Amino acid sequence: MLSYALRRLLSAIPTLFVIITLSFFLIRVAPGGPFDLERPLEAKVMENLMRIYQLDKPLWEQYFIYMKNVLSGDLGPSFYFRDFTVADLFRQGLPISIQLGASALLLALLVGSALGVVAALRQNRGTDYGVMAAATIGITVPNFVVAPLLTLVLAIWLGWLPAGGWGNGAWANKILPIVTLALPQVAVVARLTRASMIETLRAHHIRTARALGLPGHVVVGVHALRGALLPVVSYLGPAAAALLTGSVIVETIFGIPGVGRYFVQSALNRDYTLVMGTVIVIAVFVILFNLIVDLFYALLDPRVRYD
Amino acid sequence: MAQHSLTEPLERANGATAPGRSLWADAWLRLRANKAAVVSAFALLVIALASVVGPWLSTHDFDAVYPSYVKVPASLEGYPDAEMIEPALTKALRRARLTMESWELEGDRVYFMVTSKRPIDDRTTRYLDRADIFHDTQIESQNDDATAMEMSAGLQRQYFYFGTDSNGRDLLTRTLMAGRVSLTIGLLATFVALLIGVTYGAVSGYFGGRVDLVMMRIVDILYSLPFIFFVILLVVFFGRNFILMFIAVGAVEWLDMARIVRGQTLSIKRQEYVQAAEAMGVDSRGILKRHIVPNTLGPVVVYMTLLVPKVILLESFLSFLGLGVQEPMTSWGVLISEGARNIQGAPWMLIFPSIFLTTTLFALNFIGDGLRDALDPKDR
Repeated sequence: MLSYALRRLLSAIPTLFVIITLSFFLIRVAPGGPFDLERPLEAKVMENLMRIYQLDKPLWEQYFIYMKNVLSGDLGPSFYFRDFTVADLFRQGLPISIQLGASALLLALLVGSALGVVAALRQNRGTDYGVMAAATIGITVPNFVVAPLLTLVLAIWLGWLPAGGWGNGAWANKILPIVTLALPQVAVVARLTRASMIETLRAHHIRTARALGLPGHVVVGVHALRGALLPVVSYLGPAAAALLTGSVIVETIFGIPGVGRYFVQSALNRDYTLVMGTVIVIAVFVILFNLIVDLFYALLDPRVRYD
Repeated sequence: MAQHSLTEPLERANGATAPGRSLWADAWLRLRANKAAVVSAFALLVIALASVVGPWLSTHDFDAVYPSYVKVPASLEGYPDAEMIEPALTKALRRARLTMESWELEGDRVYFMVTSKRPIDDRTTRYLDRADIFHDTQIESQNDDATAMEMSAGLQRQYFYFGTDSNGRDLLTRTLMAGRVSLTIGLLATFVALLIGVTYGAVSGYFGGRVDLVMMRIVDILYSLPFIFFVILLVVFFGRNFILMFIAVGAVEWLDMARIVRGQTLSIKRQEYVQAAEAMGVDSRGILKRHIVPNTLGPVVVYMTLLVPKVILLESFLSFLGLGVQEPMTSWGVLISEGARNIQGAPWMLIFPSIFLTTTLFALNFIGDGLRDALDPKDR
């Protein structure tokens, strides 16, 4: 198992390399630069800035400098947020995004799988249709509609929760963003769980378990759920990577100082190092969570082995 | 009797007695039996028609600004309402440097007395006509040196069924106009994705071998690039241009399509009819056009109906971030983001565009699901 994980991590290096290289050149080809303001800087000032940030060298040389820095763990200074390094920005924002994303993920897993199991056990009855209709709504309604609507109802009309802001991590400020992040995931998890649960409940090992006289909740909760969660786990891998690295929409609407907004901002500001930093962080998360998913698979499904 | 039973299957095979149903005719019948899909198709048709025809029929232009009606709530009764008259009157008269002594409402006309230190010019009535609320202002009577006058002005009835936005533009017309833009982008981007995806996938699958390997590796690499990054980069590249916008979106969304078509092509190219065409010396281009692409259409059509809502969503998302359609043009994403900003004072600005967007997304998803069920040969 350990050697498998190591091999997987090693094989991710070329992928990462290609992604970094491609993004590096793509963002450089885009017109405009980090210091192009509406009122152009003086030529001398510009020249000095370019020299300090080593933007005056040929592109391939900059690429090698950047790669060398990345290999030694240095993501460079941010061009837009002066006095901050890219690592600083992530050190501040990433814990917040991870906190929200992880809570949303947990919520989605618990609520979604519970709903899915209930729907599967009451297949083609009122409860089933109700859950599936709600799930369809959850998937279709985009989060930039859900977020303002939730704010409108819960924060403005009812006044139960603050409408936005981080409030130094107060619980009340986290509820709306977490719910907004979790809703579509709840819906997907519920659908996946229902579908695979229906299939699993017809499997031989479940029939055997019932024949052995095990109580219903043990059959469903232990034997069936374990197999039924396999598709959910493989879905949650990439979803977790996306959730933990922050959502632009949720962070913008609720005014949360996470890392999700850096992605859009930095690309627009041509903050080259920050763009690259975000790309690398997201790619690393995706690779890591795909690995975690595969390892989890082996835990849940005894037929899967990595020897 | 024996003879009859012998000829019957023969006749049937000739198609004389029982004409066979094609895949598409069959799918069409089954789609029509799917209630959710039919209702969705109907809803989509209504929204599409309203979006195409509505802005022409509407009494307001989508970019017409009514300064007197900024952020008025949705209402079936026309504006101005009773409370709006006095402030509007005072404001218009102050601009004309007149003092209002008294005013009263009689039917659809307001009568008011004004005074001034200097003689009042006849043309001051224009100050009132300039406000959106009044029209046809007339001087009823005046004293000898024209320092006091009685004037009357007609009230101009305006209907804002969805209210107005923060610039005082009719939200109904804007929502319909936005629908036009969003649906157009959805369809065109899907078409671009279809064109690239089907060609790429069919070529990759049909030629196979090293070509396939290289082409699919490229798709894999593009896949692993963070998606938003790619879109933003394209938008940055092409500028904030309406036409290039959907090309950019379509150019990102073709990856799935290429994979689906490639998978289909791999199995189709082993079919006898393709081998027969090859044996007859049809060139690759002809085989792709005549035999491969038409036979991949089933899954492609299903994926297409699901791609349209995805593209609309993506466009709304970009517009929400301020990267999409630019003012005064508008799309549902733009309207929703404006609504989200004005949520405190003007919730209707969020609610109406949201209803339109979600209904469209719903409808398209149901149609896509219905089509998939209808085209699935296993599910009969």
